[in-house]
Amino acid sequence: MSSAVLYDTPGPKAKARNVLYAVLFLVLLALLVWWVLNAMAEKGQLSWLRWQPYLGGTEAWETYLLPGLQNTAKAAGLSILIALPIGAFFGIARLSDHRWISWPASVVVEFFRAVPVLILMLSANVAYSQFADFPTDTRYLYAVVTGLVLYNGSVLAEVVRAGILSIPRGQSEAALAVGMRKGQLMTNVLLPQAVTAMLPAIVSQLVVIVKDTAIGGAVLGFPELINSVRPAAAYYFNVIPTLIVVAAIYIAVNFVLTSFASWLEKWLRTRKRGTSVVAGDMIEEQAPGMRFGGGGGI
Amino acid sequence: MIEELATLFEEYRILGAFWVTVQLTVLSAIGSLIWGTVLVAMRVSPVPVMRWFGTAYINVVRNTPLTVIIVATSLGLWQTMGVTMGAERFDTIGFRLAVLGFIAYTACFVCESLRSGINTVQVGQSEAARALGLGFAQVLGHIVLPQAFRSVIGPLASVMIALTKNTTIAAAIGVGEAALLMKEMIENEADLLFLITGIFALGFVCLTLPTGLILGWISNRVAVKR
Repeated sequence: MSSAVLYDTPGPKAKARNVLYAVLFLVLLALLVWWVLNAMAEKGQLSWLRWQPYLGGTEAWETYLLPGLQNTAKAAGLSILIALPIGAFFGIARLSDHRWISWPASVVVEFFRAVPVLILMLSANVAYSQFADFPTDTRYLYAVVTGLVLYNGSVLAEVVRAGILSIPRGQSEAALAVGMRKGQLMTNVLLPQAVTAMLPAIVSQLVVIVKDTAIGGAVLGFPELINSVRPAAAYYFNVIPTLIVVAAIYIAVNFVLTSFASWLEKWLRTRKRGTSVVAGDMIEEQAPGMRFGGGGGI
Repeated sequence: MIEELATLFEEYRILGAFWVTVQLTVLSAIGSLIWGTVLVAMRVSPVPVMRWFGTAYINVVRNTPLTVIIVATSLGLWQTMGVTMGAERFDTIGFRLAVLGFIAYTACFVCESLRSGINTVQVGQSEAARALGLGFAQVLGHIVLPQAFRSVIGPLASVMIALTKNTTIAAAIGVGEAALLMKEMIENEADLLFLITGIFALGFVCLTLPTGLILGWISNRVAVKR
């Protein structure tokens, strides 16, 4: 049902009323914005001096933001590269016909989806400091990547499983009918089709990973983008501008990734009729104990 | 190992920390359900400005890391702008600011779930309501949203479980919930690392798994049969 069904096409009276509502809403919004800007000006956060480091020069970018962004990209990239094969392994293992393979795989996947990623990062950090001898910065990177891989690997396992299950049953039946074995069926028929079906979901998962690297920065001290907020703000005395610029960078990166995912999904759907697609929507809200995309109307 | 467990529970307020986690979750859940419903009403409303605002809010907030929002509430709202949310003690201020941040972020996902729920309600339902002369607010409030809610209990449960796990991020601004206590514990008692990790991991499994199972069962019971 499209939202336009919720109301009649406005006539003259309704049009006038809608304009009134729009004006009222805009006035409220303007008041709110004015109030916020006023409060910011009072604390001196609007003056050009505070914004100048970001808008008027490259020094702040080169010293604080870009190195942070580079570390964010490094952690996110490593995590998705390691998590993908692990996810594929567990996703396929969960689909196995043998109980002794599918059960342990299910337990592992459900467990790591139920535990907050911060708990995993904290634990990995102390484990590496106890049992390994990494320099501090490397240890933080490894701890963040470990936490992200454990969590996202289990989410990707569900994506892989949903991708394989989304392929029409006729495909497996036909493959078995021509005499393929189960392994051949998986590698030659199901997986190649599932990979294309999963692409949008994988790109969406990358958004979750990028957002979650920030946890490692704020709590562990991994020197990524959000970790550069405090030093930069302390140096230039500009907390609010720094926060806004950092948030804007994250939003821009994630918006590009999200848009790419939905473009990919649309393209895959229209490319060939009957192609199955695992949508990337709301992927970060996949809870343990629940079927992927199941439960309700999605 | 039993002895070590007992000393850990004696020396640290583990249950107290998990109680803070539960409080954070419940308050943020209630707030985000309300704000998310308001947002979805804006997104489907006949007034273009409101639709535009709803979409802009979702696109901006959903793409911001929750950590940035939480850090911004403390570093920006409180320490720079002087917003204290009517509290005086440090930990109360942090707690309330964290709830505010969680509501702002989680409402996006509540809104998106509800919107997909609205799409599952059959067109005939609102056409019939409009034929009876109901206005937009009545169609949405009496006819469409009640059915939409029933069909998205599953997805909403997922959102709430994700919220439970996300409350650990409040550790970034020093709210004394489970993850912050765990950080302190594993730094003090590094030799008991795996035991401590086990306690906290199990604690979160205990909080999230039953919620998922119960709400999943409810969602099957109340789903609108078609």
